[in-house]
Amino acid sequence: MTTATTTTPLRFDPLRIVRRIHPAYVALIILLIVVAFYNPNFLTPMGIMAFLRRSAALCIVSLGQMFVLVTGGFDLSVGSLITLTVMGSALMINNDPTLTWSTIAIVYAIGIASGLFNGIVVSYLKVPSIIATLGALLSLKGIALAWSGGSPQGYLPDNFRMFGRVTLRDIPIIQVLPISVIILVVVVALCAWLFYGTTFGRLTLIIGDNPRAAELAGARVRLVRITAFLVSALAAVTSGILLGGFAGPAQDVGDGYDLQAIAANVLGGTQLLGGKGSVAGVIAGSLTLTALFTVLNLIGLPKPLRDAVQGAILIAAVAYSMRRQRWGQ
Amino acid sequence: MLGRLALTGAVLAIFAAPAFAQSFDDPKEFAKERELLSMKPEGPAGKPWEQHLGGGTVDTSKYKKAGAHKVCFSNAGVGNPWRVVGWTTMQAEVDIQKAAGKISQFTSADAEGKDDKQISDIKAMLSSGNCDILVVSPNTTAALTPAIEEACKKIPVITFDRGTNSNCPVVHILPIGGYAFGIVGAEFIAKHVPKGGKVIALRILPGVDVLETRWAAAKHIFEEKGIKVLGGEHNGDFTDGDRAKTKSIVADYLAKDGQIDGVWMDAGATTTAALEAFEDAGMKYPVINGEDQQDFLQAWKKNHLTAIAPTYSVYMWRTAIIAAVKVLDGETIPGPVWELPDLAITQDNLDKYVSDKLPPLHYAMCGCEGMPGYPERWGVKK
Repeated sequence: MTTATTTTPLRFDPLRIVRRIHPAYVALIILLIVVAFYNPNFLTPMGIMAFLRRSAALCIVSLGQMFVLVTGGFDLSVGSLITLTVMGSALMINNDPTLTWSTIAIVYAIGIASGLFNGIVVSYLKVPSIIATLGALLSLKGIALAWSGGSPQGYLPDNFRMFGRVTLRDIPIIQVLPISVIILVVVVALCAWLFYGTTFGRLTLIIGDNPRAAELAGARVRLVRITAFLVSALAAVTSGILLGGFAGPAQDVGDGYDLQAIAANVLGGTQLLGGKGSVAGVIAGSLTLTALFTVLNLIGLPKPLRDAVQGAILIAAVAYSMRRQRWGQ
Repeated sequence: MLGRLALTGAVLAIFAAPAFAQSFDDPKEFAKERELLSMKPEGPAGKPWEQHLGGGTVDTSKYKKAGAHKVCFSNAGVGNPWRVVGWTTMQAEVDIQKAAGKISQFTSADAEGKDDKQISDIKAMLSSGNCDILVVSPNTTAALTPAIEEACKKIPVITFDRGTNSNCPVVHILPIGGYAFGIVGAEFIAKHVPKGGKVIALRILPGVDVLETRWAAAKHIFEEKGIKVLGGEHNGDFTDGDRAKTKSIVADYLAKDGQIDGVWMDAGATTTAALEAFEDAGMKYPVINGEDQQDFLQAWKKNHLTAIAPTYSVYMWRTAIIAAVKVLDGETIPGPVWELPDLAITQDNLDKYVSDKLPPLHYAMCGCEGMPGYPERWGVKK
């Protein structure tokens, strides 16, 4: 599946060309035009940077999710891990700026523990990942709520919030540069290197495509799976730091990010049950979803409707990518 | 692509119709609440939780019982910070009454926001025989009515916060209501925003009666004063109570329309997120209304905002226990509807309520200062 070498007769077929363009890019362009129509300031450097900043958390958590999805798993625990990161940070820091860096180290340690736990349960205890991470979702959310007593306690100091909140101004050409966009660029570079430049990245695809064959060929399937969950958890913690920084502590900050990350992946051409995915596609998928939410906001749709639309789009996108596979893309 | 758009359209059509069909705008109730706002409360000074606004009285001598009482409480849930602070305050009031020898036993059940659980909680309490009186904070109005009517046949019942469709409870305790909240915030904003100023309205979600009435009242006031809120339908924007979304919405307005002069909110949980959007855009703070959460009061004081905080007073949780004891003592109480005053926090009394020690989502209008265990019991670390 990774090296698709199909020979097709050379003939002009417009439908075929349409099918070859990934739908996420088409959807993204249409949605961006709609956003620009509602908000003329959108197509300025400031508008674009604000949009990228808003997308950063979803992009990062979706890129992490991609590593799990291409190995054939699911990570449903990322939303809860985001909530735990934000609520836990606020509790640990309690408005003392000197504790910011140690707190960040601790929340990454929590992320590592959570990722390892998911990975080990899936690889060694053979629990299907959808169940294992659903369990982790409940546990992590439970820990966050029990720890905080159900509502946010404490504040996050400015030096923690800067990652999600501060925008550098007076930059040549682009005028403004939010810190979260810098972090996004770094994470994208890291993920691209991991996915395309390392043996681990190539193995995730091979394992997702055919785990049995990979094992027979000598690949360390368990280690790769565990590492994939680890990457996903670290990405979720990074998103949590950005989200906590953007708007401060809230007990529902991570809600929905698990499904959104999977939806962004599906939109971006990641194949559910493994074997296929691309960094550029996932970014396009995440931006598409963010643009869609922006449009739904601008139209003034309430949350229940937004959830309904999101669910419908997820199903439609999966159905469409299944069709594309049958067309032989 | 086309198929997807068509599907989206179909989903919108199905859900949009019922969501916007219901009307919560009742001019009579609006007028009544507006009048109650200007009424002087009766009762002990400085103790708003024992005061009442007009209304009749109820003779409870037939419920009189000697000695200390066994009080039972069925709670809809503690699913939001307001209810958490309320429940803490109620337990402190029980401790006061226990120390005074008025309550011997207090039993409570948490329905976790589920009607069926609350109905079975009430049934279990009735059959336990351990309740001289039942206090209920109903989860939803219609679903709980039969269970409460059943309870009324056996023991006296007191309801507070959300009501029921039955008049069998001895007393129903509530603050003035949703319209009053909307009126206070909107009048303040209308008064302080310059003529022709830009105002936005941030609402949590549509279809919830108390929030809808708050908005209906604000809309009346804005219309009276000739203010049109920004946004497509002039009907406010929905934040889902989500801080990040609130901030994004406000940031979008600031990018699109420039300086915004006034922000009206139907609830206070995301007020500080809205203010942050102004800070991040480097713009002047708007005239704003929040609620009595500490994070907003602290931001108000620190940044010298032009602000007001109408409240949905937490102290009604105290009143419910006080009323229970009075009923079993056979005292005459305000009723059958006990309207509590809704105090607003203004620039003049801000210093009395703001505290940087209390947790960000502590509700200042708890009436809990001076209760046993204050402030540690409400989340302050020693």
